[in-house]
Formats: sequence, structure tokens, C-alpha cells
Amino acid sequence: MTPAIELHGVDYAYDGGPPVLRDACLTVEEGEFVAIAGPNGGGKTTLLRILLGLARPAAGTALLFGEPAHRFSRRATLGYLAQRSRLGTDAPATVREVVSAGRLAAGGLLGPLRAGDKAIVARAIADVGLEEKADAPLATLSGGQQQRAFIAKALAAEPSLLVLDEPTAGVDPGAQESLARLLERLHRERQVTVLYVSHEFGAVENVVRRLVLVRGGIVFDGPPSDLPGAWHDPSHVHA
Amino acid sequence: MLELDFMRMAFAAGSVVGLLAPAVGFFVVQRRMSLIGDGIGHTAFAGVAFGYLVGLSPVLTALVAAVGGAVAVEWLRARRGTAGDQALALLFYTGLAAGVVLVSAAGRFDAGLFAFLFGAILTVTTSDLVLVAVLGAVGLATIGLLYRALAGIALDEEGAHVAGVPVALLNVLLAALVGLTVAISMRIVGILLVAALMVLPVIAASRVARSMRASFLLALALGLASVWIGLTVSYYGNLAAGGAIVLVAAAFVLAATAAGSVTRGRVPAR
Repeated sequence: MTPAIELHGVDYAYDGGPPVLRDACLTVEEGEFVAIAGPNGGGKTTLLRILLGLARPAAGTALLFGEPAHRFSRRATLGYLAQRSRLGTDAPATVREVVSAGRLAAGGLLGPLRAGDKAIVARAIADVGLEEKADAPLATLSGGQQQRAFIAKALAAEPSLLVLDEPTAGVDPGAQESLARLLERLHRERQVTVLYVSHEFGAVENVVRRLVLVRGGIVFDGPPSDLPGAWHDPSHVHA
Repeated sequence: MLELDFMRMAFAAGSVVGLLAPAVGFFVVQRRMSLIGDGIGHTAFAGVAFGYLVGLSPVLTALVAAVGGAVAVEWLRARRGTAGDQALALLFYTGLAAGVVLVSAAGRFDAGLFAFLFGAILTVTTSDLVLVAVLGAVGLATIGLLYRALAGIALDEEGAHVAGVPVALLNVLLAALVGLTVAISMRIVGILLVAALMVLPVIAASRVARSMRASFLLALALGLASVWIGLTVSYYGNLAAGGAIVLVAAAFVLAATAAGSVTRGRVPAR
């Protein structure tokens, strides 16, 4: 089977600056749940941008489902949760309106949403447990519930790859655990490939079998239990 | 009041602008670029001045300048990585300076210029009305067709980009709609006040509405009401129409803020 993600010997630097990534190699098979962690400035976001085809590596190749990532032809099947600061969480929108935006690429840009797309949106809302809040304004929800709404938005694309960038940032510890359990369940039930990117991985440590640490390159790739003791402490990951 | 030809003309042209300005402004406000209308207004001023200098219709030259300026801001923001406020500042000051230089070259610091700066809705002609109606209909139809796409980008631009939505094209189109709105609104509320009609009804609506669609529709209703009430007040009070319209829109913001506070006070704490 073609891997969902393949990076081979990827180098990247911003505008003649020092390299942010060197010789990064990563293969993620379809159906895996992988956490990508590392310190701020370590290259996680750059890695993410390259594997989503939003940035071209200076050297090496990036493939999405076997196609060059920057020319990937089935983008409508990518579910992506951007960092919270980049989301319009203060827009006067309901949960349903936010989740409906996830059908934009798959459902077409023009005119109102079709009945079949509305059903997919309703299922995504139910999957994250927000049925009762479906028509509530986003601004009246807690931080954790808002993140669930945006996860539902990503699910509304019926994704083959779900990429979550810092999904637990700004969310209290209780809600972080709840989000981790939700993601584990969605991964299992929908059999979707999940990439969970965060500067710390405590919230998903117990639900992922594979952890990738990025620090100017990929410095660790394996089960969280194999992580060297010093790196296990999130404060070392931050360093 | 409506038995007078010029008032009927003013209400007709004003109604188009009262709907189009908040319809376009809605997406601009969601993207936190509320001042883009102001910056593009100054570019339109340069267009008006150029029209005077070369003897072309100031409305058409303003239309070209405003749409061109709006697309330039979007290009600077998206392609050159310039911060949104810096791109706007560049447009704002360059447009104003170019306008002043061109107007002085044309020797037209006169009442005709003030009509564009502050609006002259009572001098709207039939050809003005036709232009406003046709371009307004094009603008509103475009917004209606692309409402879902523009709303989706306002909620999550990066997510839309990753999913393959043509975000850059839609952003340029929205910028062009801002330019179009500024150009056709300047005879109604004036270059210096047009941005207010794009933003204030939207702010008022977002204070009380409980969904994006309701907020959008309420913004249109408030824009229309601002124009109608403002024109009526200006007719009976012998006041400047553009200023009266914008003051009514500002009053809606104050009222909506008060109403929103009362409503939120009744909602149980989360």
C-alpha cells in the first residue's frame, strides 16, 4: 500500500538563513496515529508545511499518498486543524456554520450546501459530541468545545489524512485528555491517518504508538516508551 | 419628500449602496481588515483627481483606481508577506498624496471635489443611478454566489488553503469588490465616509446576532436602514446626507452594544 506521507532527505531554510530542517526522513503508513513533537522553533511547523505541500523543500522529496505534496490532486480529502490563533474563533458563527466550512472543497464553492453535505456535517458534529450545541454560537463554547468544533470541521472533509497543529494549546488539562480520547476514538472508528503536532505530547502519550521528535531534523522516531528518559520530560523537549 | 425626483433618485442609489457596503464589509471585518475601505477610499480620491486632470469621468477613473488599489493591497499582503496594516498604510498615504498632487495639477480644489469627498447624494443623476444599480447588482450577486466560500475563508483561511480552495483568487476577488463598493458609494456617502458604511452595520449586527448568516442579513438590514433614516434626517434637517447616514449607523452600533450586553447578562455563565 502507498504510504500516506513520505519525506526523503528533506532540507529547508528560510530566505538564506540557517537550515531549519536537515535530512529529514519520515514515512507514515495509512491508518497510523503519529504524534510529532519538538521545541518551538525546532522545525515542526516547517515539516508540517512541507508535508502538506505548502512549502517546497530546498532538497529532498515530499510525497502525499504517492504524489508530490505540492501538486497533490486530492486536497479536498485533507482534514486540517490550524493553530488556534489562526482560527476565526471570535466570528459570529454557530458550530454548524463552522463545521459546514469543512465541506467547502468537497461540496463545491458556489451556492448553498447540498442535502448530502449537510448530512455529513451533522455526522461530524455528532462524532465530536456537540449535537446539543450544533446551533449555539461558537463564542459561547469553552476553549475545549471550540477545538472540538474545529476538529469536526476537519472531519467534515471525510479526510484520508487528519492533521492537527497544536490542537490542545490554550485548552485546560481536563479538556486536553478528553480531546486525546476523542482523537483516539475517531482514529479507530474512521480508520483515518492522524498526524498530531504539538510542542509537547503528554496529552496523547497514552494513545499513540509512534512519536516523532523534531529538532532541526528528526532526532527520534519510535514508541513513546522508547524515548530517552531526559527527553520524556516536556521541559527538555522545550529546551 | 419622495415626490421629488432627486430624492427618489437618492433613495434608489442609496439603497443599493446600503445593501452592498455591509455585504462586502462583512467579510472584511471578519478578516480584521476593517480599515481597508478607508485606504481604498484614498486611492479612489487619486482616481477622481486623475479623471479631472485628463478629462475622463471621475467615477470611472475612481473605479479603476479603487479596484487596482484593493488588488494591490491583497497582493502585498499575500505575495510579498507585507503585514496587512503596513500594506494599508502604504496605499492610504500614497493614494492621498497622489490625489492632492493630481488635484492641484488639475486646479480643481472646488465644490465638485468636495462632492466626492463628502458625498452629494442629492445630485445623483440617472446615469449615476444606472451605473450604481448595474455594478451593485453584480457585486451583490457575486457575494450571494460565493457567500459560503468567503465565510469559510473568514473562519479558517489556512484550512481552506490546505483543502485546495482557491483562497488567493477569492481574496483578490473580495478586494476587487471592496474597490467596486468604494467607487460606487462615493457619490452617496463620500470617499471619506464610505468605509464607515462597510463596517459599522457589520459591527452592530455582530453584537446581537447568534449566527453568521443572521449577522450577515442583519448587517444588510442595518445598512439599508442607515441610508433611509440618514437621508430622511438630512432632508428634513437640511444636513449633509453622508454624515447623517454614518451617524445613524454609529447609533445602531451603540444600541446593539447595549442590547448585546443585556442579552449576554441573561445568558447563564458557562
